[in-house]
Amino acid sequence: MKWETVIGLEVHVQLATKTKIFSAASTAFGAEPNTQACSIDLAMPGTLPVVNEQAIDYAVMFGLAIDAEIGMTSVFERKNYFYPDLPKGYQTTQLEKPIVGAGVVQIHLDNGDSKSIRIHHAHLEEDAGKSLHEGNFRPGVSGIDLNRAGTPLIEIVSEPDMRNAQEAVAFAKKLHSIVTSLGICDGEMSQGSMRFDVNISVRPEGITELGTRTETKNLNSFKFMEEAIYLEVERQIDLLEDGGEVIQETRLYNGETRKARSMRSKEEANDYRYFPCPDLLPVVLSDEHVAQLRANLPELPDARQARFMEQYQLSQYDADILSTDTSMANYFEQATAKSGNPKLTANWVAGELSARLNAENISLEQSPVSAEQLAGLIVRIADNSISGKMAKQVFEGIWDGQGDADQIIESRGLKQVSDSGALEAMVDKVLANNQAMVDDYINTDPDKRKKKLGGFMGQIMKASKGQANPQQVSQILAQKLNEML
Amino acid sequence: MHNHTIAELITGLRNKVFSSTELTQHFLARIKTLDSDFNSLISVTEAQALKAAAVADQQLAAGDAPTLCGIPIVHKDIFCTQGVRTSCGSKMLDNFVPPYNATVIENFQNSGAVMLGKSNMDEFAMGSSNETSFYGPVKNPWSTDCVPGGSSGGSAAAVAARLTPGATATDTGGSIRQPAALCGVTGLKPTYGRVSRWGMIAFASSLDQGGPMARTAEDCALLLNCMASYDHKDSTCIDRPIPNYAANLGDSLQGLRIGIPKEYFSEGLNAGTQKAVQTSLSEYEKMGAKLVEISLPNTGLSVPAYYVIAPAEASANLSRFDGVKYGYRCDNPQDLQDLYCRTRAEGFGDEVQRRILIGTYCLSAGYYDAYYGKAQQVRQLIRQDFEQAFEQVDLIMSPTCPSPAFKFDAKGNDPVAMYLEDIYTISTNLAGLPGMSVPCGMVDGKPVGLQIIGNYFDEARMLNAAYQFQQATDWHQLTPEGV
Repeated sequence: MKWETVIGLEVHVQLATKTKIFSAASTAFGAEPNTQACSIDLAMPGTLPVVNEQAIDYAVMFGLAIDAEIGMTSVFERKNYFYPDLPKGYQTTQLEKPIVGAGVVQIHLDNGDSKSIRIHHAHLEEDAGKSLHEGNFRPGVSGIDLNRAGTPLIEIVSEPDMRNAQEAVAFAKKLHSIVTSLGICDGEMSQGSMRFDVNISVRPEGITELGTRTETKNLNSFKFMEEAIYLEVERQIDLLEDGGEVIQETRLYNGETRKARSMRSKEEANDYRYFPCPDLLPVVLSDEHVAQLRANLPELPDARQARFMEQYQLSQYDADILSTDTSMANYFEQATAKSGNPKLTANWVAGELSARLNAENISLEQSPVSAEQLAGLIVRIADNSISGKMAKQVFEGIWDGQGDADQIIESRGLKQVSDSGALEAMVDKVLANNQAMVDDYINTDPDKRKKKLGGFMGQIMKASKGQANPQQVSQILAQKLNEML
Repeated sequence: MHNHTIAELITGLRNKVFSSTELTQHFLARIKTLDSDFNSLISVTEAQALKAAAVADQQLAAGDAPTLCGIPIVHKDIFCTQGVRTSCGSKMLDNFVPPYNATVIENFQNSGAVMLGKSNMDEFAMGSSNETSFYGPVKNPWSTDCVPGGSSGGSAAAVAARLTPGATATDTGGSIRQPAALCGVTGLKPTYGRVSRWGMIAFASSLDQGGPMARTAEDCALLLNCMASYDHKDSTCIDRPIPNYAANLGDSLQGLRIGIPKEYFSEGLNAGTQKAVQTSLSEYEKMGAKLVEISLPNTGLSVPAYYVIAPAEASANLSRFDGVKYGYRCDNPQDLQDLYCRTRAEGFGDEVQRRILIGTYCLSAGYYDAYYGKAQQVRQLIRQDFEQAFEQVDLIMSPTCPSPAFKFDAKGNDPVAMYLEDIYTISTNLAGLPGMSVPCGMVDGKPVGLQIIGNYFDEARMLNAAYQFQQATDWHQLTPEGV
């Protein structure tokens, strides 16, 4: 039997506000445990929440970016459950009246196809703290770190519109691209700034009814998400083909062991007893405020891709690669502004630089080669100062911190010889030293003489230690040999 | 000194009849000798009080002191006080010392008032008799075998026994007005949003409101001037100009339209209470007011609606008391479940547990619409009843509660009988309206309260009506025997 996979995503996006959603404590990542938790975050008796207006604006900006209905009156509710890293015993979130309603996100697939993924809604909520269990804390003791408690999140809930892992990853990357373009999220996956819950079910091809789904929670990288989907789809198909059935449950995927396990089944699910939070008034937006946010929206990935094709004459493929990641787009534009050569810059940013960063597993922000430095290198390739082959050596030099392209070319003596007088002398010398080859050339059938040029070129390049400008040499050589005929 | 009103004490301090230190020492001495009879205070903050009084005396001497500078005051133990244990009447918070002040406390500190101590109360403000306090019941100074009312029974008893000239209190369903009535003092629950809830430990957030208790309406006005403030730390606080509540206390009542809701004079009302209230209403007629019979048709639904909404909110508000971060924690928890279960079973009293269970039930899947959803609809209807009534009248008057103070254990085993204590007070909380209780008579040697309900933010009019009544009567001047 052929199976069809159905995937829906719930994506938690930490908003890049300076302070928490309901308190003035800092949201900065990586501080000592519990140093960024104030009395409100600790749920001390009598403390009250006050909503962070920046978080409201960020959520609205996301809604505008995906062309969603904006909830002009949204309501915070309490989601009740007990857990040590949830200090109030309830999470303040939105349910009945979320701030962002139905919208749509376009994804672009590697095969060139595009697809629309519908967004059911997106709501604002607070993050929980972290439990530090044995091994991460102290033997025999669990610790609680409430620094993260109260960090603003938007939870984006998609419709089950994805049909395979590639689509799910493309969707996740597109969301990453949108929220980082908007500047509402720092996009740091390793710090948990974006986390994915994946709902997966399978059904026989041609059947419209959905199969029983499972939810794999808290995936924090595109790679883990892809692996988890493959694993879960395979598990479900195996189960069904063996005559078993899929149980609705929550699962956890461990990226290190590449294994998933069941966390809890539907029967063990909590009754969250949602009700409107009486400590917070409904969030009411004015048309003017939303219009102002709309007018000030930064450029979004799709618009940026179109602009890259138009302004820089890039192919759709190049434009897609360079526009999806906000930092890469910015890097490319900075480098192009200096190099004046969009195509070559695009090749280097998407090619050599990206490959090298991936290999070393470092982000573009931490790249040892700055946009200015890369532009300096590209200028020298474009003006024929160095050959493509030498350029890679120079790039390595910049990467290793040996200076800018010009400094490295200078210090290593890599500059291409383009002075025609010097090149003519070099050609004359090689011709004089290789009379046999010259005779051979002259005696060869005119149609086949071209093949003989390679031998001369090799000699000349060798004599110049690779620094001779090959195009110029080739011209001079052809001219000199013709004169001898 | 203890028989003076706050208004008189303010003058006395400025005329150097006595110093704040003398005043403070006097009340501290009275607490020491008398409060063992009443149990009205959970904590007495003697050292801090004397220090604050000394500072107040310097300020008074310098001549630029705020109105309440040097005036002793007692705070309900529901208001967080920095560095001073704030128990909320519960074993759960017996060891809790807040690192911050409630905004109300901050306001009193800024005005130079001197905190004598923290008053006893029903556990987490849940009760109408003060019998649910972890620190034992408060006794009614008028009759020590009777309850003082609740939940602000400690504040009411302390004022009645002249252990303090004034006190702060809170009112979720009648917790200021009912004990004020039962103890023969004047108490005011302001409009929801008038007084900041920051640092006031939540029972039912959409109903809780802090307010003053004192001997007279004038004193309540002076205390409200200090308590009321717009506070950006409380999202439900309303940013609206705050009048000087003591400024218009001489206004004539000529032509004042007083609504008398017929539903508040029905079955269950004690005959003596009814008579006292009716006599008081005649007094208002003599002062030129006009009595208008009105109807608040949904009154009968207020108690059931309240006992869904308040416990529902409480069930979430009290989830934070889990033994993890502060407060009581059970001994030797075996695992997380055990920590939660035993901490909460041992730390909360029966009434609190009952309300958490009711609230949890009302919010559960499948019951939400039938209970919480319905109750919110009823709340809307009750609000509309009042809105319509206030189109015809300026104030509404009624008994504060159905009967005078009852004996201990009289209703302890019958939660519903206890809940009906608040039948006349609950509607105003559901509507968010201000209400007050003024002493208006005596039945069997125990005080009776007249309830005055005003329109939103109309506290000044209510206080003036109460003030005029107290100019014409002396019920508020009666003092329990032996104090």
